Amino acid sequence: MDQSEFLKKVMPFKDKVFRLAKRLLVSTEEAEDATQELYFKLWKNKSKLNEYNSIEAFAMTMTKNYCFDRLKSKQANNLSLVHSNYKEGGTSLQKRVELNDSVSLVHKLIENLPEQQKIIIQLRDIEQYEFDEIAEMLNIQPATIRVSLSRARKTIKEQLIKQHNYGIS
Amino acid sequence: MELVNIEKLLEKYLDAETSIAEENELKTYFSGDDVALHLEEYRAMFGYFSASKNEIFTKTIQLKSRKLNWKWLSVAASAILLVSVYTGYQKNQQAKAEKIYQETQFAFAMLSANLNKGTAAITELQEFETTTNKIFNKAK
Repeated sequence: MDQSEFLKKVMPFKDKVFRLAKRLLVSTEEAEDATQELYFKLWKNKSKLNEYNSIEAFAMTMTKNYCFDRLKSKQANNLSLVHSNYKEGGTSLQKRVELNDSVSLVHKLIENLPEQQKIIIQLRDIEQYEFDEIAEMLNIQPATIRVSLSRARKTIKEQLIKQHNYGIS
Repeated sequence: MELVNIEKLLEKYLDAETSIAEENELKTYFSGDDVALHLEEYRAMFGYFSASKNEIFTKTIQLKSRKLNWKWLSVAASAILLVSVYTGYQKNQQAKAEKIYQETQFAFAMLSANLNKGTAAITELQEFETTTNKIFNKAK
């Protein structure tokens, strides 16, 4: 596999790698470093890449494992919480401010989920992978994924309702 | 889409039974302006999901590692070390040679000084002989 072929196969999902890394490592800088490091690893193992039936799934698995290693290592002890700018819709200003608030609230709620659910929410609700693909990436049964996903979605929903009610009273 | 359908979809969604297409329908519905009031909390959820997908990696990826530089750096460092050790050794040898040279010089100087002393004594002797010769020559 030469460089141009490698880039063509591997670059399209670099944002997904980055977003998953950011979901797990929280800070943008950490996620950027992780993405860089992962692509370097992929490049080093380029001769073996064709053996995998989905390079993308393999890369996502690598990302997950790498981020877990980073989280375990002492180097990642000083992670900071960074909020990015969210895209603004066409809603009115008042609505937009409220929405921005609740959008960052969703971010926090996902942050508080267990790692497994966090990853599944990221892969399904944000990246929109099929259950089979997620099963391959995480090496767990699709049925288990559905259970975790359902739990995660319900948690977020319930927390949002709770916050919503607090806001009113 | 009708509210009843949305509610049904949401139920399926919470049980993780929806397909990607159905989830996209929900996303579209909640990104619109006419969201039913009692479903307001879902708007933030789906809004967040859609917004999150827009975040991209903006830096350029380097495939050549920085670790390679470290390797070359160590090669350079060891080369410099080798050269400096070698020149240091040379300098040291030179200093040693100079010291030996100076010591030899000193020894020679001492030798020549003593030799000169001897020569001076011989000159005195020579004086004695000339005087003797004078006397004897006169006597003839």
